[in-house]
Amino acid sequence: MARFILSKLLYLVPTFLGITIIAFSFVRILPGDPVLLMAGERGVSPERHAELSAQLGYDKSVVLQYFDFLGRLFQGDLGNSLVTKKPVLGEFMALFPATVELGLCAIIIATLIGVPVGVMAAIKRGSWFDQISMTTALVGFSMPIFWWGLLLIIFFSGILGWTPVSGRISLMYYFPDTTGFMLIDSLMSGQKGAFSSALSHLILPSVVLATIPLAVIARQTRSAMLEVMGEDYVRTARAKGMPERRVIGIHALRNAMIPVITTIGLQVGVLMAGAILTETIFSWPGIGKWMIDSISRRDYPVVQSGLLLIAGLVMVVNLLVDLTYGLINPRIRNK
Amino acid sequence: MKHLPVLATAMTLAMTVTMAEAKTFVYCSEASPEGFDPAPYTSGGTFDASAHPIYNRLTEFKKGTTEVEPGLAESWEVSEDGLEYTFKLRQGVKWHSNEKFTPTRDFNADDVVFSYERQASADHPWNQYVAGITYEYFNSMDMPNLVKSVEKIDDYTVKITLNSPEAPFLANIAMPFASIISKEYAETLEAAGTKEDLNNLPIGTGPFKFVAYQKDAVIRYTKNAEYWGTAPLIDDLVFAITPDAAVRLQKLKAGECHLMPYPAPADIDGIRADSNLKLDEQAGLNVGYLAYNTTIAPFDNAKVRKALNMAINKQAIVDAVFQGHAEGAKNPIPPTMWSYNDAIVDDAYDPEASKKMLEEEGVKDLSMKIWAMPVQRPYMPNARRTAEMMQEDLSKVGVKVEIVSYEWGEYLAKSMEAGRDGAVILGWTGDNGDPDNFLSVLLSCDSAVEGGANRAFWCNEEFSALLKDAKVTADPAERTALYEQAQVIFKDQAPWYTIAHSTQYVPMSAKVSGFVMSPLGDFTFETVDIAE
Repeated sequence: MARFILSKLLYLVPTFLGITIIAFSFVRILPGDPVLLMAGERGVSPERHAELSAQLGYDKSVVLQYFDFLGRLFQGDLGNSLVTKKPVLGEFMALFPATVELGLCAIIIATLIGVPVGVMAAIKRGSWFDQISMTTALVGFSMPIFWWGLLLIIFFSGILGWTPVSGRISLMYYFPDTTGFMLIDSLMSGQKGAFSSALSHLILPSVVLATIPLAVIARQTRSAMLEVMGEDYVRTARAKGMPERRVIGIHALRNAMIPVITTIGLQVGVLMAGAILTETIFSWPGIGKWMIDSISRRDYPVVQSGLLLIAGLVMVVNLLVDLTYGLINPRIRNK
Repeated sequence: MKHLPVLATAMTLAMTVTMAEAKTFVYCSEASPEGFDPAPYTSGGTFDASAHPIYNRLTEFKKGTTEVEPGLAESWEVSEDGLEYTFKLRQGVKWHSNEKFTPTRDFNADDVVFSYERQASADHPWNQYVAGITYEYFNSMDMPNLVKSVEKIDDYTVKITLNSPEAPFLANIAMPFASIISKEYAETLEAAGTKEDLNNLPIGTGPFKFVAYQKDAVIRYTKNAEYWGTAPLIDDLVFAITPDAAVRLQKLKAGECHLMPYPAPADIDGIRADSNLKLDEQAGLNVGYLAYNTTIAPFDNAKVRKALNMAINKQAIVDAVFQGHAEGAKNPIPPTMWSYNDAIVDDAYDPEASKKMLEEEGVKDLSMKIWAMPVQRPYMPNARRTAEMMQEDLSKVGVKVEIVSYEWGEYLAKSMEAGRDGAVILGWTGDNGDPDNFLSVLLSCDSAVEGGANRAFWCNEEFSALLKDAKVTADPAERTALYEQAQVIFKDQAPWYTIAHSTQYVPMSAKVSGFVMSPLGDFTFETVDIAE
C-alpha cells in the first residue's frame, strides 16, 4: 500500500508543474490588460500605462514573469491582488471555507439521494420509477444553474417565504469568524437561533449546487449496477439461494461502487464550476465568485494563484479517490 | 424563586425595547469594496462603502446636487488670479476610534496636508504603504500638474496653490479620492508595523464608523454620535453584498434589505406596482454616444456625419434598448447638468433628407463598421442591440454596416488607436458634475490623442478654445455662456450621434424615508430613516 501511495504521489509532481504553466498562461492568453480595465472609459496615457505596467512587473517578458511566479511560489508567496492589493493566499483562506461548506453539503445531498435512486432504478429496471427518475436526472443534468437558482429563490423565498433569499446567515447575528464554517461558528457563538439561521441559508444553494452531480451520480450508479447484476457471480449468488437483499447489498453494490466513487470524485471539479454561478446568485462569499470577478478584471495574480489552489485541491481529492479504490478493491492496490 | 418569571419578563421587555430602539438599515449593495481607503480606487461601489459613510472632504457635494458646499473646510477664499485657495478648517471635528486607535486630537491642517501629499509625492513614506498601490483618480483629474503646493498656514488654515487657474477645482476636491484621512492614525499604524490597516480598518470623520467587513458578504457600520454635521437617524448601517439584480429585488421584497441599487430595466414596472415598495428616479448624469472617426473620409465631412445622424431613429432605440427608461440625447452633456443648452434642436429623424444629403456630398455605396461594446454600462444597457438597430436604419439610406466587437479591455484600447476603422458606441458618467468633466475629457483637442478619451478624434479649435476659456473663468454665468456656445458647435459639427441619457432608479421599502438620490450616482445614508 505504501508503494501504491508513493507512486500516486510521484505523479502529482509533473501534473502540478503542468498546472502552473496552464494557470499562468490562461489569464494572459485572454485579450485585455489590467491597466486598461482599471482606467475604463477615461483611457490612460501611454506614459502612465508604461509606468503602471512596470510597477506591476508586466513590462518584463512573459517567460521571465513565469519564472518569477514560480520562484515566489516555492517560497510560499502567491502574490498580491492587483485590485485589493492584499495577499492572494489570505483572500483565498478567508473565502475558501464558505465554498467548502457549500460544496460538502451539495455532495452529501447528491450522494445520499443519487446512490439509492440509482440502485432502485437498476433493480426495478424499466418500471415507472426507473423511467421517471432517469428522465428527471436528464432534466437535472441539463439544468441551467443560474435560471434554476433564481426559480427556487422566487418560489421558496419569494412566494412561500420558507427560506431566506441569499447570504450565509441572518444579518442580526454577528460574531467573528473562528473556523470560517458558518454552521460551526454559529454553534460556537452560543447565540440563540444562529445555527438554524445558518442552516436555512444553506438549503437552497446546496440543492442548486447538488443538482448536476446528483443527476450524474444517479445515472452512473444505475448503469454500474445494471452491469454488475448481469455478472456471473451475481447469478451464482442468486442460484445458491442467497436472499436478494444480500445479493444486491454485498455482491452487486460493492462492485458497482468503484465507478460511482470515481464519479463522485470527479464531481469535485463540477462543483467548483457550479460554485461560480451558485455563489453569484446566492451572494455566497466563496472562491467561485472571487475567481469570476478576478477574471473579468484581469487580476493576474489572483487568477493564476487561485487556479493553482483550486487545481491542487482537485488533485488531492482525486488522489484520495484513487486511494479509496485501493481500499475497496485489493486488485488495484497490489497491481 | 417566585420572582423569576417577573424578572424574565422584565428582561425580555428590556431586550425588546433595546432592539426596537436600535434602528438597523440594510442596503443590498452590488459590488464588494476593493478596500476602505478611497484614494487608490475608482469604482462607485468602493466609494459608497468608504468615502461616503466613513470620510469627509474639504468641500462636499450638496446632497442631491452637484453644487459644492463647505465640508471639513468651513469657508475659503480664492485669490484674484485664481491660483491660491485659502481654506479655513472646521474646528472640533472628532476622528473615529477603534481597538487600535484612540485619537488624542481633533482634525486639523496636518491631516489635510498629509492626505494630499501621500498621493502627490512618490517619495512620501505613505505613497506606497501597500506595494503596488496607485492613485488613479488623483492622476486622471490631473492633480499632479495642477497643484503646486499644499501648505499649512496654522492648525486650522490650509493654502493650496495651483499652477494654472482651474474653475472645477473645488468640485475636484469634493470627489472621493480627496477624502481626508488621519495623520495621527497613520503614525499609530506605522509604529505598530501594520500600515496596511489604513485600507482595512478605516478611521474617518464621517457620519458612520466602520465596524467590520466580511469579504464579499457583509459590511457593518455604526452611527458616529459625535459627527460634526447632522447625526444619522439610524443606529446601524449594514451593506449586504448581493451581486445579482434579480436576487437584490427578491431580498428587498422579502424584507431582507431596505434599499437596493441598479434594478434590471425589465423589473421597473413590477416595482412600481408593488405597494410595499417605492421607486425614486432621476435622469442620470451620463451620456451614451456613437463616435465617428472624424479623421477618415468620408466621416471627416460634418455634412456626411449629420446625414448619418438623421438616418437613425433615436426614439426606437430608447424604446427598445432602454425600454423607455432614458431620454433621447441631443447634447453631449445631460439635461441635469448646469449649462445644458436646451435651445438646441436635435437632428430630425428623416431618412429621405439623409439620403439626399449623402447624394449631395457624393457619398455612394458607403459601408462602415459600428463597434458594439461587449458589456452593459449604466449609459448603455445593450450595445449590440443598439448597433443592430442602427444597422437596420442605415441600410434604408443605402449605408451598409458591419458590427464588430472586442473584449472590453481590448475595446477600450483599440477604439483609441489612430486610424480606427468604424464608429464606436461608448458613453460616460460624470465624476464631479462639472461640464468640463464631459466636454474636455471627451471632445477637446487635448484628449484626441492616444490614451485620451476623445474617440471621435475630433479637434475643433474654436470648440476647444471655448472650453479652455471656461476652465479659467470663475464666474458661473460666464462659464455657462461659453459651454452653451460650445454645444452649438458640437451639434453643428456632429462628431457623435448622441444616443441617450439613461434614467437611474432606486427601489426601496415603503418604510424608508429621507433617501436623497445623488446625480453622481452615490448612495449615502446619513439622512435615511425607517418607519416602524
